[in-house]
Amino acid sequence: MPVDDTDRRILRHLQADPAQSMAELARRASVTEATASRRLERLRTRGILIGQEAVIDWQKLGWEVEVSLRITLDKANPHAFDEFTDAARQVPEVLEIQSFLGRVDMRLRVIARNMAHYQDIYRRRILTLPHIADIEALMHIADIKRDEALPL
Amino acid sequence: MIVLDDTDRAILQALTKDATLSAGALGRQLGLSQPATWRRVRQLTETGALAGRRLVLDRAALGFGVTVFLGVTLATKGRVSLVDFERAVCAIPEVQTVQHVLGLYEYRLRVVARDLSDFERVLRRRIMTLPGVGQVDANVLLSEERRPGPL
Repeated sequence: MPVDDTDRRILRHLQADPAQSMAELARRASVTEATASRRLERLRTRGILIGQEAVIDWQKLGWEVEVSLRITLDKANPHAFDEFTDAARQVPEVLEIQSFLGRVDMRLRVIARNMAHYQDIYRRRILTLPHIADIEALMHIADIKRDEALPL
Repeated sequence: MIVLDDTDRAILQALTKDATLSAGALGRQLGLSQPATWRRVRQLTETGALAGRRLVLDRAALGFGVTVFLGVTLATKGRVSLVDFERAVCAIPEVQTVQHVLGLYEYRLRVVARDLSDFERVLRRRIMTLPGVGQVDANVLLSEERRPGPL
């Protein structure tokens, strides 16, 4: 059964405030509480609503520096992608690993306590990752929008 | 800066995997009473260490087959154009995140679309018409993985 407008409406409201009670969600989505919980259960069973994750504010925890590293891999090696990804997983300061089709192959989101710490991570843990052909850094200044909501 | 102890770290770790865990269930995992767990979660929320929750959705099943990261350079610089650009770009529903960055370009956008032709529509009608927009560099997301971080 495809996702219908009611499912989308419930998800849209839940996405805006994931911690709200079922009663609030039902009221906002204009359905009964029984419908809301039945629909959510069905979306979970079908693997469409995978879960909810807490978002940590690393800056508040003293991680002041955030950098996006855009990496081009040496594509002559057929294992470059897997070996690079496995090695990047071993670096605790790496928060996200993404792969792309385009000018850049990989992106790592890296945090550090300060610039000296970043330089240390960059030299000891990042530049030593396998199969890097080129690397560019984007220093993160501010999140202007970060809800990551889908336009349901 | 907030200083965490091992229990706080364990709570954050558990909640980044499943934010719907009740204080009771979380406490049982960590060998902590329900009220003690609840107090810690409240404190982590009040200090801002826990910045909220995010739904994890199967984007493809909901009809969003394509995620593209755009690097945007502004053509005209100056404070006013930044504000205009930021206000306009945040209002585009397909734009999920906007980051101000320092480097090759000024803004990094995460954009979702139904497919590549839908993305082309968003790019032409919404992004390229933004006030002050200059060069745009696009990279299509193939895979993505979030890591627990240095807890």
